[in-house]
Amino acid sequence: MSNSSSLLPIIAILPFLGALIPGVMIRAGRTACATFTALPTLIALVMLAVLAPQVLQGGVVQTEIAWLPQLGLSVAFFLDGLGLLFAAMILGVGLLITLYARYYLSGEDPMGQFYVYLLLFQGAMLGIVISDNILLLLIFWELTSLSSFLLIGYWKHLPEGRQGARMALAVTGAGGLAMIGGMLILGDIAGSYNLTDILDQGEAIRASEWYLPALVLILLGAFTKSAQFPFHFWLPHAMAAPTPVSAYLHSATMVKAGVFLMARMWPVLSGTEAWFYIVSIVGLVTMVLGALIALFKDDLKALLAFSTVSHLGLLTMLLGFGTDKAAVAAVFHIINHLTFKAALFMTAGIVDHETHTRDIKRLGGLAKFMPVTALIGTVAALSMAGIPFFNGFLSKEMMLEEASHTGWFGNPWIVPALATLGALLSVAYSLRFIFHVFAGPPRDDYPAKPHDPPFGMYAAPALLCVLVMLIGILPWVAEPVVTVAASAVTGADLHPHLKIWHGVTPALFMSIVAVLGGAVLLAIHRPLDRAWQDAPRPEAKVIFDALVGGAAGLARRVSEALHDGAISRYLAIFVVATVALGAIAVFDGGLAPATRALLPIPPVAAAGWLLLIGATALIVVNHRNRFRALVLLGVIGLMISGGFVYLSAPDLALTQISVETVTIMLLLLALHFMPKHSPRESAPARRLRDGAIAVIAGGGVATLAMMFLTRDFSSISEFHLANSYKGGGGTNVVNVILVDFRGYDTYGEIIVLGIAGLTIYALMEALLNGPAARRLRARDFSRDRSRDRHPLMMVVGTRAMLPIATMVGIYIFLRGHNQPGGGFVAGLVISIALLMQYMASGFGWTQTRKRIEYHLMIGWGVVIAGLTGAAAWLFGEPFLTSTFGYVHWPPIEEFELASAMAFDLGVFLTVLGAVMLMLYSLSRIARYAGESVNVEPMDYDPSLKRNIKTPREDG
Amino acid sequence: MEVVVASSVGVLTAAGVYLILRMRAFPVIIGLSLLTYAVNVFLFSTGRLAINAPPVLNKYADVPYSDPLPQALVLTAIVISFGMTAVLVMIALGAYLEADHDRIDMGEDEAEAAEKESGA
Repeated sequence: MSNSSSLLPIIAILPFLGALIPGVMIRAGRTACATFTALPTLIALVMLAVLAPQVLQGGVVQTEIAWLPQLGLSVAFFLDGLGLLFAAMILGVGLLITLYARYYLSGEDPMGQFYVYLLLFQGAMLGIVISDNILLLLIFWELTSLSSFLLIGYWKHLPEGRQGARMALAVTGAGGLAMIGGMLILGDIAGSYNLTDILDQGEAIRASEWYLPALVLILLGAFTKSAQFPFHFWLPHAMAAPTPVSAYLHSATMVKAGVFLMARMWPVLSGTEAWFYIVSIVGLVTMVLGALIALFKDDLKALLAFSTVSHLGLLTMLLGFGTDKAAVAAVFHIINHLTFKAALFMTAGIVDHETHTRDIKRLGGLAKFMPVTALIGTVAALSMAGIPFFNGFLSKEMMLEEASHTGWFGNPWIVPALATLGALLSVAYSLRFIFHVFAGPPRDDYPAKPHDPPFGMYAAPALLCVLVMLIGILPWVAEPVVTVAASAVTGADLHPHLKIWHGVTPALFMSIVAVLGGAVLLAIHRPLDRAWQDAPRPEAKVIFDALVGGAAGLARRVSEALHDGAISRYLAIFVVATVALGAIAVFDGGLAPATRALLPIPPVAAAGWLLLIGATALIVVNHRNRFRALVLLGVIGLMISGGFVYLSAPDLALTQISVETVTIMLLLLALHFMPKHSPRESAPARRLRDGAIAVIAGGGVATLAMMFLTRDFSSISEFHLANSYKGGGGTNVVNVILVDFRGYDTYGEIIVLGIAGLTIYALMEALLNGPAARRLRARDFSRDRSRDRHPLMMVVGTRAMLPIATMVGIYIFLRGHNQPGGGFVAGLVISIALLMQYMASGFGWTQTRKRIEYHLMIGWGVVIAGLTGAAAWLFGEPFLTSTFGYVHWPPIEEFELASAMAFDLGVFLTVLGAVMLMLYSLSRIARYAGESVNVEPMDYDPSLKRNIKTPREDG
Repeated sequence: MEVVVASSVGVLTAAGVYLILRMRAFPVIIGLSLLTYAVNVFLFSTGRLAINAPPVLNKYADVPYSDPLPQALVLTAIVISFGMTAVLVMIALGAYLEADHDRIDMGEDEAEAAEKESGA
């Protein structure tokens, strides 16, 4: 039975939406903030309750929104028994934690921030348990790592908090990476990333040869998240977090995510030897080890942390057994552990809050001062110990029962014995929690005078204790939830009966041994503790830090070897590596025979080629003389423009020659402020090496070019040629591609160009406000200055050129759609005309006559192009769809108007603005270099009489 | 003609690579410009060479056309590479004015200073 409901995505999104609120509401006070944090959780919980009846009757609620169907990624949610159980736990405990944190956090803590993180985490966690797409699940999985990092490191001023958060992120993040690999393999085997599809294909997956890698990778993710040995060490360090975080993340939610995942994947992954041995061994080892360490921890929270590790091990072990009954026990214990452990964490928080210490050795006898807290703590701890009539007893019995008939490698004793040992240790540390904190004689040396907290603070743990007792005495109340959740885990239709008395079974004896043994251990705790503290044992944090330090050191050595601060080093590595890759590709792939006949080489082309090669060679030889190199660069650019003309690319030729002009101007301007010569620095051997690299690179590229030039190919250009006139209304196919077929690319490109222009402007601003400006002022440029800086001929010539060049620019722009030209070229042509004014009459003079800001021009260009594209939306067409029509105004010949022309106008404006802004920025330096501003357009103006007088005559 | 184009691309690449391996900012910029030419011509030539066949549609006759797509790509590449060169020139100029030399590697003392900064 499957139903669709739009409530499910709303439930998933609610915490994220809610996370926007607390940060704002904190201004209205702490209680208001907590209330508004509780609100989205409460709404989600109500919605969940609406869906619950369907699920409890065995149905599944599903909903799917396509996101990136090409990647198999969809926003798909489903709610089955297991999801319902976890979602209810996450939201329910979230609500209790919100209440508890309201009283726990002090006035100095930024509470709004805390609640934002909490809701983010809650949303991520909720996402994991109701995702129906494993890619989506992975996203939420990583989100829990990130948001828990924020929560654990919430007390930023504490170094332990920061280190603990970093460790948790490193360990769970690394596991998450492994899991991504495993999940992708799984999706690949199943042919779908939808969880429901994958769950149906258990047999195919288990039979696949990729099963084992996928299993190991996914288990790595689950084990790191659920703090299983040997990754258990991060959890105790994460206890540096505020107690509400520990109670939420480390009892109920985040650490259970790994267990959840194993339960979720149970139908697919379990039932093999590999699963049985890996999961049950890791689980059992973790359970015993965690319990053992917990017994000797003096910090209340550390004790609880290791006890959590131990109980997570128990759950893992149960899931590892792979039987239906073990799954039922696991599901039941998930509920029970949640209730007593969250209550215990909150109790520890209360004790810490009221007595200002969590050190068990400094506590004891608190029952007299804080009876309510003591009662809550005792009930929860007895449940953790597994004493009858508390819920922990029920699931522990079921666990022992399962352990009693499980054998490893044919040995029937080892599992029951170790499981009993784990239970025994669990009893011991639970009793220690009661007797060493609450019982015993009252002391008079508590750091603060203890008393019970306000009702709001103990309400949450008290409620949990009521649940502990309720389930413990009347186990059948939990039966419906356990039934659907266990059925969802196993995929079978189970009808477990939860009861207190199972008769005289092996589990009963194991339980008795555990309780008695635990009591004995507590009695001799003092000498044991001394022995434990003296015994040498590996410290996980030291090992972890050494590992991280080693990895960081290795990374530093590698990057320092490759990246030593000299750009030439890694450019050389880059060039050689690229050529090597290209060579491998060529020799690996084989080569089809040449199919194209060579075109003849006319004498003009040969002459151009000689000029180009000659100029290039001269640049290499003469590059130390920078001015000469620039002149030669101009020659090369000219030859290339000529080549484009000859090889049927008129648009390229126009663009190349105008860009060439602007580039040379730019470089000349820059060279003015830079040294005019490069010193000879590299040794001959170095030059030889660089030469060899250069020849290899050039040879490689030339060979590659020759290879494809002599072979035919198929291209998509046929489409463009066929549709340019019909669809785009232009006969210049290159222009139609730019403004129509690939308009989006062009749009991006003009934005990049605009950004480049603005970047240069910003760089210049920063530069001229720094020490460089002083240096510029101090430098003497007078030697370079011409006596006749604004020559008469040039001024007059450029003035006459301006309208002509503008007209040519507009002409090129207008005809661009049908003949070579267009916005790019027109923008460049007009900018050259304007630049000539700057050159002729100087920067200052021209600047005062400028009416339009170049920034604005860039902005308008991008806006016009964007609006033209967006206008297509008004007609229900996709972005940048173009249209065109023909207009006939009587005296003029019929002409065409295309919307692409408006787009081209945007291109034109952006190019013009960007080019002008770039050169404008550069020439502004000149002002700082002490260049005077001339009032007149030229130095010698024959039309003005006073200019005839020279300064010398004045004197 | 193919040999002419391929060899030009090769020579421009070789000269460009040699110059970007120099130790001063200006030759590196010149080298980068040469590489830009090489790359643009290379990309252009992926459409294969054709003479007297501009991709401007002829209404009156059925004539061959050269491949317009690489041309469109290279056209924007030319303009963008101008923007890139300009930014680079600006950075080089700024670095020169700030540091009073236009070496592109770190000198011994600068490397030490950077080391200290990252260590601190």
